[in-house]
Amino acid sequence: MTAILRAGEIVADDWTVVEDGRTELGAAGGKVIVTLARWREEREALVAAHAAVGVLVPNTADIEAVYPEISDRPLIALQFPAFADGRALSQAVVLRKRLRFAGELRAVGDIIRDLVFWLGRCGFDSIVPRKDQDLEGCRAALGELSVAYQASADGHTPVWVRRRSGVAALS
Amino acid sequence: MYRYDAIDHALVTQRVAQFRDQTRRFLAGELSEEEFRHLRLRNGLYQQRFAPMLRISVPYGLLESAQLRKMAHVVRKYDKGYAHFTTRQNIQLNWPKLEQVPDLLAELAEVQLHGIQACGNDTRNITSDYLAGVAADEHIDPRPYCELLRQYVTLNPEFYWLPRKFKFGFTGAAVDRAATRTNDVAVHLVRRADGAIGYRFFVGGGLGRLPMLGQEMNAFVPESDLLRYTCAVLRTFNRFGRRDNIHKARIKIVLREWGIERFRAAIEEEYAKINASVEGDELLLLPEDVERIRAHFTTPGYKPQAEAGADVAAIAARDAGFAAWIKRNVRAHKVPGYRVVFVSLKAPDHVPGDCTAEQFEALADICDSYSFGELRSTYDQNLVLADVAERDLYEVWRRLDAVKLATPNIGLVTDIVSCPGLDFCSLANAGSIGVAQDIYRRFDTLDAQYEIGAIRITISGCMNGCGHHSVGHIGILGVDKHGEEWYQVTLGGSPGNDAAIGERIGRALARDEIADGVERLIRGYLELRCDEDETFIECYRRLGMAPFKARLYLNESEAVAA
Repeated sequence: MTAILRAGEIVADDWTVVEDGRTELGAAGGKVIVTLARWREEREALVAAHAAVGVLVPNTADIEAVYPEISDRPLIALQFPAFADGRALSQAVVLRKRLRFAGELRAVGDIIRDLVFWLGRCGFDSIVPRKDQDLEGCRAALGELSVAYQASADGHTPVWVRRRSGVAALS
Repeated sequence: MYRYDAIDHALVTQRVAQFRDQTRRFLAGELSEEEFRHLRLRNGLYQQRFAPMLRISVPYGLLESAQLRKMAHVVRKYDKGYAHFTTRQNIQLNWPKLEQVPDLLAELAEVQLHGIQACGNDTRNITSDYLAGVAADEHIDPRPYCELLRQYVTLNPEFYWLPRKFKFGFTGAAVDRAATRTNDVAVHLVRRADGAIGYRFFVGGGLGRLPMLGQEMNAFVPESDLLRYTCAVLRTFNRFGRRDNIHKARIKIVLREWGIERFRAAIEEEYAKINASVEGDELLLLPEDVERIRAHFTTPGYKPQAEAGADVAAIAARDAGFAAWIKRNVRAHKVPGYRVVFVSLKAPDHVPGDCTAEQFEALADICDSYSFGELRSTYDQNLVLADVAERDLYEVWRRLDAVKLATPNIGLVTDIVSCPGLDFCSLANAGSIGVAQDIYRRFDTLDAQYEIGAIRITISGCMNGCGHHSVGHIGILGVDKHGEEWYQVTLGGSPGNDAAIGERIGRALARDEIADGVERLIRGYLELRCDEDETFIECYRRLGMAPFKARLYLNESEAVAA
């Protein structure tokens, strides 16, 4: 099994990613992640055959438009085709803050250690680093900066709000 | 001046540690060149031709003496004894060594300076009015709003990996002194008839390829919604900005491809959704939030007795050098007895915008003694002492003159705006500093400059346009033709209230033709103007391109060609 970051810890991944075109869907009764296209076509069969089905959404998708189809999923995965392509960061913030998605939010793709901090701040609690990345370094990167000006989706209080109750107490 | 609290300090300090580790991993081979490129850019570090360049953000162009002394120190310790002021009010070091940059940044962090988001595809330093707080035409001081916006966009995780760079220009005055509409977003503070403060938002400006001026998106966003509306614009850009072609990745391209109605509708829809969600609550600014930041920008302790000072006119009558400087580099102040002093970084045989360690130190002393310890940088690469008492003017002039900072040429033909060009920059196609100096020499007598009057010559060494050639009255763009440096000339650009993108006049001129060509354009203007009060730009707007074209090109067929 692949090791990933979940909720700030290094854990073995219990999900299997099933690429389009593959008929074999991983261990029966297991947890699988399928593309949005496949989810739309085979929803009932997928749910019937697996303990859990997560959905991989392209970073070009209108996440609000798609959400009604996937709002009950235990896992949503968002894509980073290149680490400097930040479209999925906005999708993540909208999912967490506006749509109130509370399930596992996973980042997949070209994920390097130096993207991890920003993923955490945007509400990803599940991160699959690129194969060559140092997992321990990735885990440490989640806490690289302890202060932040904005709220984003990781529980920080915006700095202008914090200052309302007495200036600059560091949390 | 905004003073950091514990949160700001912790952020900048931790940021240095983060970059120190990234640099270490790069030097150890753990980060690829491409990966590290994105990381160093977000700390202001750019790879130039011969060495890295470090761009240091000067938030809305405001500096204080401790920062100037620190600049003197770091340019001696880490560089070659000088730095360069840019058209975005920032400072660049040309020769730092990569392995020393973390130490350099740590020293800068001691005085609230940093290179965070100075380069890279992120939100850049906010530029603003260099006369904020002292201009008579100002209705609302923009600095507190700039600072609130600065904090919102600094290390904002959602907007840290944008399709392309993203710039803000901010003003609260009738006269636009920050070229605001050349930015991706321009914010104009306005006061409605009922007294309510708000923001007029322009979006989609940008120089470089396909230069465009920002278009009005919303005529009145309420004061509480600065961050909400900004979030809507940035999210729309992050989502829809093109990522397939770096030359088409700025927000202006989305505007161009969609048209203004669709573009505005997308932003307004997102704005409405933000306002209706928990995000809207978090992003809402309360009056006390603005007041808390406004308290940092106090009015200096102006002394009423300043009025009863030396008789400036009497001294000027005795000293022609002082008189020339008063005439060109000193402007009115809203407080009686005070003046605004421009510090020219355009001395003869001097690289436009450059400032040496000795000059930084002299400026620190001068602003401590005579301008409440503060200095501003301008988008045309000069500096401003915003609060000088009239009785101190002679001493300030004497001290500035001693370090070659009193050239009386603000706004004149030798006040040339120029990027570093091919001498430094790896993007450049052609030199710009040498061209600036050649043009300078054609007009370096003061009489000639005064006769020509107000004119704005701007030079960029490539179409990325750091020298703002698109908004020069005479804009010069360096291009590469088969390994040779050539120069395209545009006329009629302007960065201010009458903002306009210059029009290309015709074929490019060779390196040995360009200074002659510019001289012919200016001599032509002197013949063409209806009287001495008509400026170059007014004359061009009245007459159009043709008579200037006829003077630029000696060959008749070129001159009449469309």
